[in-house]
Amino acid sequence: MPEAQVIPLRPEDDGIGAPAPVRSWDDHVAGGIEFLRRRLTGDYDTDEFGFDPDLTDHVVMPSLRPLFRSWFRVETVGLQHVPDAGGALVVANHSGTIPVDALMTTVALRDEHPAARRFRLLGADLVFDVPVLGALARKMGATLACNEDAERLLTEGELVGVFPEGFKGVGKPFSERYTLQRFGRGGFVSAALRTGAPIIPCAIVGAEEIYPMIGNAKTLARLLGLPYFPITPTFPLLGPVGAVPLPSKWFIAFGEPIETASYGPGAAEDPMLVFNLTDQVRETIQHSLYELLLQRRSVFS
Amino acid sequence: MPPAVVLVTGVSRWLGGALAGELAADSSIERVIGVDTVPPSPEVLRRLGRTEFVRADIRNPLIGKVITGASVDTVVHMNISATPGGSGGRTSMKELNVIGTMQLLAACQAAPSVRRLVLKSTSAVYGASSRDPAVFTESMQARRVPGGGFAKDSLDIEGYVRSFARRRPDVDVAVLRFTNFIGPRIDSLLTTFFRMPLVPTALGYDARVQLLHEDDALAVLTRATTQDFTGTVNVGGDGTLLLSQAIRRVGRVPVPLPTPAMGSIGRLTRGGSLVDYSPEQMRFLNFGRVVDTTVLREEFGYTPRYTTVAALADFARTVQPVVPPALVDGVAGRALSLLDGLARVSESVAERRRPAPPSIPLRAVRDA
Repeated sequence: MPEAQVIPLRPEDDGIGAPAPVRSWDDHVAGGIEFLRRRLTGDYDTDEFGFDPDLTDHVVMPSLRPLFRSWFRVETVGLQHVPDAGGALVVANHSGTIPVDALMTTVALRDEHPAARRFRLLGADLVFDVPVLGALARKMGATLACNEDAERLLTEGELVGVFPEGFKGVGKPFSERYTLQRFGRGGFVSAALRTGAPIIPCAIVGAEEIYPMIGNAKTLARLLGLPYFPITPTFPLLGPVGAVPLPSKWFIAFGEPIETASYGPGAAEDPMLVFNLTDQVRETIQHSLYELLLQRRSVFS
Repeated sequence: MPPAVVLVTGVSRWLGGALAGELAADSSIERVIGVDTVPPSPEVLRRLGRTEFVRADIRNPLIGKVITGASVDTVVHMNISATPGGSGGRTSMKELNVIGTMQLLAACQAAPSVRRLVLKSTSAVYGASSRDPAVFTESMQARRVPGGGFAKDSLDIEGYVRSFARRRPDVDVAVLRFTNFIGPRIDSLLTTFFRMPLVPTALGYDARVQLLHEDDALAVLTRATTQDFTGTVNVGGDGTLLLSQAIRRVGRVPVPLPTPAMGSIGRLTRGGSLVDYSPEQMRFLNFGRVVDTTVLREEFGYTPRYTTVAALADFARTVQPVVPPALVDGVAGRALSLLDGLARVSESVAERRRPAPPSIPLRAVRDA
């Protein structure tokens, strides 16, 4: 018999594939039992800001991931500008009636950044006044937007996120989409200057269209003690169905870091420099928003 | 220079008694005088050692005679009541706290022998609200000034102590702002709280809690009395826990209730001095409080031996858990082994149902 030639096997040849490295169902259940055990006995770590990484990684992140991957199909750009370690301040535009953009950026940095960085958000005091929401925000690693907390987080080498537009940004009407509002009092710049942390401008496109706010029931908002009460084409008209965000296509772009360490910590006392830096950050974000919008083919694809 | 004659107020309570006992054991201190309105319990009395107990009310000018008569040089003021239950209602609590401190300070001011004053204060002076920074340093002030209760008393007391320090600049003043005490022997708000089998908490809130072990509290007080730190210092263990987490670690069951219901429970139980759910305590239970202890470690020169987690674990040894962690671990372990068995069974079933892989894919070997 002549020599037989061996032809390399291809998996599709015989229908038996190599076992994919997916976690089997029993691993999932085992993880769940282990998680429940930790929760029941309090056997997990939390930090001084109330951050609960165990809950964030096992409950919050998994519930946000489908929204991130399938619903908004978020694409991240420029992750190389976010350092792998050490304190940095990510400054982003704020929009979308409900601050979903902050959550999506958190998922982006945790899942797509090579160092799987945790994003420590700075939130308005209203958030922490509200029961459930306030406690949950702290457990997700957020804290009050004040200089003391921002500086403490930055000194501890955390990646801090701030949305200087605040409620002016989230609660702006749909007609003003992608125009940046006033950037607060520039408190974030002085926090960065005092700690020497770089400022990373971040532009988020897509969040503006999730709940197009066409009206604001100001009287109702005042009654409920809210900064605004949104009226969208579907909310409150369709009730809870109106709370489903529109599946817009998202881009999150991180820009080149603006270095602050060379100014020295004393520079925070120089209002002119603080204003200039604030403006520079604002311009950078506005510019990259326009660029991303030009690249986007349509709102939903 | 070590003190010669020390006066400790509030000596009938555990911490005061323990401090007096500790100082009495130090032979370099000539005399230790303990003052309280109630006589110490036999247990505390045993600890006191050579401490001379004077049953006196600091609201009474008699205290001045004690200070001048014994030419006291160091005064440790810890007769400050945190709960109205222990001192017969809020009115008398406030009277004891505020008027008592004023009298004591007046007596100290009149006594030229006094060179050092140590105040046992509390981190409650920072208040607790949603608008506060997460971590308080000594230089911060409450954004919302505490409206009443213990925190307000403590703020007032610190104010009086500051003005005393201005009037007697020759006296060194140390103000110790303690976080919540915990430990097997001490009685504090949180120990009563954690001893209840079901612990009512505010629905939708989870406070950050920083604890200080009783041994560390004692060590800090002793050090503050015998050494020469002046100024204000936060005293707390390293690290924090969430309230719900702490309750579970002690093996208790947290029962989240809507805030209005908490108020009525508070009114019901306050008379029985079970747990004080005053508005100010409620705010603490809602938001919690964490202090920065850099000054404690670097200037005061003391690092607590127990972290918050370790202090709570030491306390948890002394309470019978309602939900024993070992039980949860056991159940989880059994569930895991059951799951393992299930997985193995399903694996073998799947194995059997799967068509047998073709032995050697013959068609891969072809003749040349």
